[in-house]
Amino acid sequence: MLNGLQFGVMLFLMSAGLTLVFGVMGLINLAHGSLYMIGAFAAAAVAAATGSFVLALMASLAAAALAGALIELTIIRRLYDRDHLDQVLATFALILIFSEGTRWMFGSFPLFLDVPPMLAGPVTLPGGIEYPAYRLSIIVIGLLVAVGMFALINRTRVGIRIRAGEADREMIAALGVDIAKLYTFVFALGAALAGFAGALVGAIQSVQVGMGEPVLILAFVVIVIGGIGSIKGAFVGALLVGITDTMGRFLLPQIFALFLEPSAAVSVGSALASMLIYILMAGVLVFRPRGLYGVA
Amino acid sequence: MTDVVLSTERLFKSFGALKATNDVSLDLRKGEIHALIGPNGAGKSTLIQQITGHLASDSGTVRLMDEDLIGAGPAERARRGLGRTFQISSLAMEHTVLQNAVLGALGQRGNVMSFFKPVMKDAQLVSAARAALVQVGLAELSATRTADLSHGQRRQLEVAVALTLKPKAFLMDEPMAGLGLEGAQQMIGLLTELRKEAPILLIEHDMDAVFALADRISVLVYGEVIATGTPEEIKVNPEIRRAYLGDEVPA
Amino acid sequence: MTRESWINVAALAVLLGVPLWALMADEPFIITLATRAAIFALAGVGLNLALGTGGLVSLGHAAFFGIGGYAMGILASHAQSYALIMEAPFLIEGTKSMPVIWLVAMVTSALAALAIGALSLRTSGVYFIMITLAFGQMIYYFAISWPAYGGEDGLSIYVRNEFPGLNTLVPMQFFCLCFAILCLALLLMNAIHKSAFGLALSAARQNETRVLSVGMKPFHLRLVAFVISGAVTGLAGALFADLNRFVSPTMLSWQMSGEIIIFIIIGGVGRLFGPVIGAMIFILLEHTLGGLSEFWHVYLGALLLGIVLFAKGGVIGALAGREKAHD
Repeated sequence: MLNGLQFGVMLFLMSAGLTLVFGVMGLINLAHGSLYMIGAFAAAAVAAATGSFVLALMASLAAAALAGALIELTIIRRLYDRDHLDQVLATFALILIFSEGTRWMFGSFPLFLDVPPMLAGPVTLPGGIEYPAYRLSIIVIGLLVAVGMFALINRTRVGIRIRAGEADREMIAALGVDIAKLYTFVFALGAALAGFAGALVGAIQSVQVGMGEPVLILAFVVIVIGGIGSIKGAFVGALLVGITDTMGRFLLPQIFALFLEPSAAVSVGSALASMLIYILMAGVLVFRPRGLYGVA
Repeated sequence: MTDVVLSTERLFKSFGALKATNDVSLDLRKGEIHALIGPNGAGKSTLIQQITGHLASDSGTVRLMDEDLIGAGPAERARRGLGRTFQISSLAMEHTVLQNAVLGALGQRGNVMSFFKPVMKDAQLVSAARAALVQVGLAELSATRTADLSHGQRRQLEVAVALTLKPKAFLMDEPMAGLGLEGAQQMIGLLTELRKEAPILLIEHDMDAVFALADRISVLVYGEVIATGTPEEIKVNPEIRRAYLGDEVPA
Repeated sequence: MTRESWINVAALAVLLGVPLWALMADEPFIITLATRAAIFALAGVGLNLALGTGGLVSLGHAAFFGIGGYAMGILASHAQSYALIMEAPFLIEGTKSMPVIWLVAMVTSALAALAIGALSLRTSGVYFIMITLAFGQMIYYFAISWPAYGGEDGLSIYVRNEFPGLNTLVPMQFFCLCFAILCLALLLMNAIHKSAFGLALSAARQNETRVLSVGMKPFHLRLVAFVISGAVTGLAGALFADLNRFVSPTMLSWQMSGEIIIFIIIGGVGRLFGPVIGAMIFILLEHTLGGLSEFWHVYLGALLLGIVLFAKGGVIGALAGREKAHD
């Protein structure tokens, strides 16, 4: 269950950036998974070089934000006025370039990022359950980021501009807000969140080329469920997906074991579990084609 | 009674606290042009959307040829005989003029699920399309790409496509919009002829056109019809003059 | 003939000519490459109906490619091992007959497209893109975790399936079969594009309100297009599995979906022969650049980026200019 929360929180980090970019700029960005990967690789490289986990995390934020800003300035900028197909293709091309580029720089074998020794052990929670400290800290960090995002969107000037931009792009330009800078900022912010998520997860799973895309696709599911453009939707959607997936994988084989023989139960159960979140997505779509909190 | 082609009865639509349509009852009779005028924000668009089926009313009915249109979406209403032109030209830009007209004729005939016969060689559809184009004066431009047409020509094409539907009533949303003097004259001439095919519910801002064309005028203000009458009656109505016409129209 | 028609003829000539030359020069591998190109082209021809004509950006079309492939894999493997697929309520045996396999592949893909389309087409724009991607992934993960047919490792079919009158193991004969099917598909798509349905579908892409106002429902048009598109791509999948005598979940991956779209874009989206030219160029790049560097995807990405930013019409667009309207 806690794993589900952790998974959900990590998905939120991915989805928040994606949904913001879509909400404010109207751009669908497939390369978001690559930014996740870049963050993870940067963290692994820095951790290997300096041994400091904190530095590694900072490196991941910086590297991803930088990469994000860079591609925004050179390529993404040209895509805002294009139709979605063009955006999909161009960002897909970026995935290819980034993935192969990373493979060229770091080779095909996965890198490893170690959990900082301070957080390596288990923590005893109320109720007597033991849970890895590291995963717990991810949950905490994720929740802090979520709070931070709410604060940013709802309480700061930048946040107001972002929300206005979502509602009416031409209007805020007319009001004199520097759109170009705002867009670059939003894009880089989303990238940084993705990179950060990548680094955090890199310590639990390995760091390898192609790690970003499955997460990206899950982030899409989250956004579809939560509604494009809504941070709240991303949060709720992410937790929903994270928990459903984890619990599903755990519970479904057990449920099937009640009336099927063990090996069949495991195979049917796990096959169904892997489809569960998509079924959830389909279900949400039937009733709310714009997602739970969609701003249309 | 049998003279009425299109009618709305006691239409209501609110958005939260805003009453966009407040007890609107209108009718459109055979052979007439009934103009609907009103200041911006009066609720004309909302009313149109309810008549065409894009928006569901809170209460009230819309009838076409005495049939209640409730539950029918825009496509269904078009099939039942409601022909419409748009304020902002809504055409397939990559297609030619003829192709757009053929699309209309195809819609009228039904049977779009035909996969093997080349549609532009279908004699019946093409001749129906060409006839409509002749009527609006676009026959020479039939092979032109719609994106290459001038604004006025696109407005004409809009009318042509509506014609191919052989509608029972026309709903025209600001057909004069963006037309210069000459274009407006042409359109006025076209609409005058058109009313013989089917009556027109005309939403317009261009007062010259309205007074030239309309048999009856209804005035919509803040979602309510405050008056309906002939152009002369409306012109001299003191309330309307004060509220809307101001001194645009001499007494 | 228009310039585009000349290009189309040239493309066919190359696609047929290269393997003929290879036959005489005794280079069977090149025939296999050409077959690969023809099959990829077919997959693209399927998607192009939905994408190019209909404007539906389906990022999950690999689902149909894979379903077609697995249809072949399941039928053939059961025939191979003489095991029944199902005993009750219907008796279903495996088969190694290509025509039957193709029929099953197309029908199952069409059904899947019906289901996915019915759900996805209720949305539009970005939602549609993300949802088709997600459904594609769903089927991918399902195939990986279903152990009966190889799971992640895939399924091998030892002997190529049978087609009456041909020895399908001979590369040239199998190529000719695939080429013939491709030509049939192109004829079909050409007819559809010029038909009433094609006109309406294309109009729906350009202006949905217009289509509604003439009494047609875009949803129905798009769903039909999506189903036909899925069926054709599914057929390509079955052929692909036969070519490699191997089915695996990779056929269902998002990368595969992306590749199919890439063929179409390189050649020219919405053009009849776009997928054909695009697939040929892709195979060429894969073979030549791939031989030079194992990172050739970078160049592919750069090419794609260049096309999207600067040459939207693909190769055909660049060579033949704007599409000629119908007469």
